[in-house]
Amino acid sequence: MADGQGSAQEGLRLEAARAGDERAFLELVTQHQRSMVGLARAIVGRDEAEDVVQEAWLAALQGAAAFQGRGSLRSWLLSIVANRSRTLAARSRRQVSFDGMAGGEAGGPSVEAERFRPPSDPDWPGHWVTPPAAWPEARLAAAEVAREARRTIEKLPPGQRAVITLRDVEGLDPEETCRALQISEANQRVLLHRARVAVRRALEAHMLSAGVGA
Amino acid sequence: MSGKHGELTCQELVELVTDYLELRLPAPERARFDEHVTTCRGCQAHLEQMRQTLRVAGALREEAVAPAAREALLAAFRGWKRGV
Ligand SMILES: [Zn+2]
Repeated sequence: MADGQGSAQEGLRLEAARAGDERAFLELVTQHQRSMVGLARAIVGRDEAEDVVQEAWLAALQGAAAFQGRGSLRSWLLSIVANRSRTLAARSRRQVSFDGMAGGEAGGPSVEAERFRPPSDPDWPGHWVTPPAAWPEARLAAAEVAREARRTIEKLPPGQRAVITLRDVEGLDPEETCRALQISEANQRVLLHRARVAVRRALEAHMLSAGVGA
Repeated sequence: MSGKHGELTCQELVELVTDYLELRLPAPERARFDEHVTTCRGCQAHLEQMRQTLRVAGALREEAVAPAAREALLAAFRGWKRGV
């Protein structure tokens, strides 16, 4: 996470790149390209993501003066990517809403109600019928598990997909994520929860089909 | 739908896991969460599954910028430089 000092240093690097320093530019690319592509993919899909990110880099160089070390360079770059992605998506009339409430991303229960004893249960209302068990770490490392997670994330509604990509895949902090997507912290957390719940469920189904107890 | 004595039920707990992991639960609720988890193996396992889910997602991160993408960006950068 970029602290104040890191941010000042990155500002200098951006300034050098703007002045034409290729090495400075490549250092910035090495540092930020993946998160930028991750975000763009979440909004416009795989095919157009790289183009959007390329445009965003040029816009960042062009508008370098606007970044005056305000916040981290990463979140500034990400907000450029988010804006351009949204513009592109809107142009092709795809709806992109990150608002979990209005965007039709309302979620059901995090775990199916049948997994719990009913409220009328005399002893343990709302407790597990069959308690889950953590998955064996060795199984988690399997390539199919990663594939399953990726597939699930790609199928999520845009808000959930963008938030889980930035938070859990790219490792951004909540503040950076909110700034990039222009959503509130509470909304970010709701979307993150739903996305994680969806991926956990997919992994659970995968583990069950692979013979590992839920 | 609370359990006896205002304790958290498992069904309520699973809705709070992200707030818990994000350190967003108010102190009293966090205490109820912790108290439940220490005595409930099912919720311990569920919490661990959520943490495992985060780790699986984190492992999806691509560590290197693809050489082709890097070259394309460099070409765009040079084009931009000439245009300025
Ligand atoms: Zn429990």
